[in-house]
Amino acid sequence: MMSASNTEPIKTPFYDFHVAAGAKMVEFAGYWMPIQYQGITAEHLAVRKNIGLFDLTHMGEFEVTGSDALAFLQKTTTNDVAALEVGRIQYSCMTMPDGGIVDDLLVYRLPDRYFLVVNASNMKKDFDWLQSHLFGDAKLTDISPTTALLAIQGPNAEKMMAELTDYDLGSMVYYSCATAKVGGMELLFSRTGYTGEDGLELYIPYDKAEAIWHTVIEAGKKHGLEFIGLGARDSLRLEMKMALYGNDIDETTNPIEAGLSWIVNLDKDFIGKEVVAKAKADKPDRRLVCLELDGRAFPRHGHDILVDGEMAGKVTSGTFSPSLQKPIAMGYVPRSHAKSGSTVEVAIRNKRFPATVVKPPFYKDASHK
Amino acid sequence: MNIPGDLKYTKEHEWMKIDGNTAVVGITDYAQGELGDIVFVELPNIGDTFDQMQPFATIEAVKAVSDVYAPLSGKIVEANAALDDDPMVINKDPYGDGWMVKMELSDSGQIEKLLGAEDYQKLISE
Repeated sequence: MMSASNTEPIKTPFYDFHVAAGAKMVEFAGYWMPIQYQGITAEHLAVRKNIGLFDLTHMGEFEVTGSDALAFLQKTTTNDVAALEVGRIQYSCMTMPDGGIVDDLLVYRLPDRYFLVVNASNMKKDFDWLQSHLFGDAKLTDISPTTALLAIQGPNAEKMMAELTDYDLGSMVYYSCATAKVGGMELLFSRTGYTGEDGLELYIPYDKAEAIWHTVIEAGKKHGLEFIGLGARDSLRLEMKMALYGNDIDETTNPIEAGLSWIVNLDKDFIGKEVVAKAKADKPDRRLVCLELDGRAFPRHGHDILVDGEMAGKVTSGTFSPSLQKPIAMGYVPRSHAKSGSTVEVAIRNKRFPATVVKPPFYKDASHK
Repeated sequence: MNIPGDLKYTKEHEWMKIDGNTAVVGITDYAQGELGDIVFVELPNIGDTFDQMQPFATIEAVKAVSDVYAPLSGKIVEANAALDDDPMVINKDPYGDGWMVKMELSDSGQIEKLLGAEDYQKLISE
């Protein structure tokens, strides 16, 4: 089998439209994806203030069916799938026997099946992992190769999308989904996102992708819809303290230290439960926290965090926050310094800069609430 | 891609406009495009001296941080203070208002080591 790096990256159905819109295309997780169009800062602020369109076709989508689907997902994911009602979605993660995170994901409960959305960079790993734990008549299907994903995000997303569907978007709560006509075509869509803003994510079969794109762009014209690349997606999610797999969480971090206790249900059995339960009971030695810095040196992934002059942790994500206009970061610090108001130092290019632990999220005016 | 013919270039994507014993230095259109939105520029002090290809400034962009190298040895005689207030002027006008420093050159013989516009064009299209 060829590895992803030996093959030409996949073009999403929207590739030519990105290029025509002036996108800078990069290879990401085996796909050609737009990293930016007009510039990360302007795109970021467009989503905070109005609406933006993201191509997220690189994300992985799996379907789980069969009468053992629920039991299978209870075993492989940390959140309580039994509590998930039809039409609702839950954020969750998969853990290994040692408690390390395989991936974080969304679990949708549809009338006749479960629908999982996983990270592009982990798609194959996740599929193999889930496949290896299948039992009974539970069946796993990878529908990523024929599923495109567009996200419309921003405080004016509902107003714009209401023109494309008769479905009552006003009744749709955050983390719910529906299958209904959008632009005249039946689609699965959800009130979800990775920006903190209100918005919808549309799961589109490849054969409808081009038509939906044109419909969305046309409706977006009078609402000032802007194209948003993966660069702004990263700064938007970071301002909300939403974890990015590979940066903030990975196989060496457990959900407790990553601040994800809220998606771990210890009243059920799941792979890795023993270790995760112990981590919770013992309290982890380190915690993933939000850091704010003054000045204009920017913390970035991999920079050292120091406590009393000693190496004490690592920055996992960092940027200059376009909304707050200051450097922000996420990183692991010792439990002793995890409370908001604690101060640590971040080593940036041989200099140390004071950083303050702050309460999440960094950006407090997001429209999704 | 804008590569003015009257400038000299380095492999590290700096440009230099030489006028007798002094030269204005900045980064190229290609470099600003690769860096993306520039949020902060740390400039040297007036009077600091640098050897050829020694880093004299740091550019923080949203995506990455990058050192800027002195195309020729010399002393800083002027720095573009306007970059403090609006560093993205480098993105908008890398060869004009986005200039970074003016240097007094200490060894004009080094000029031969710099690239002309054609060679620089070749370098970035590789």
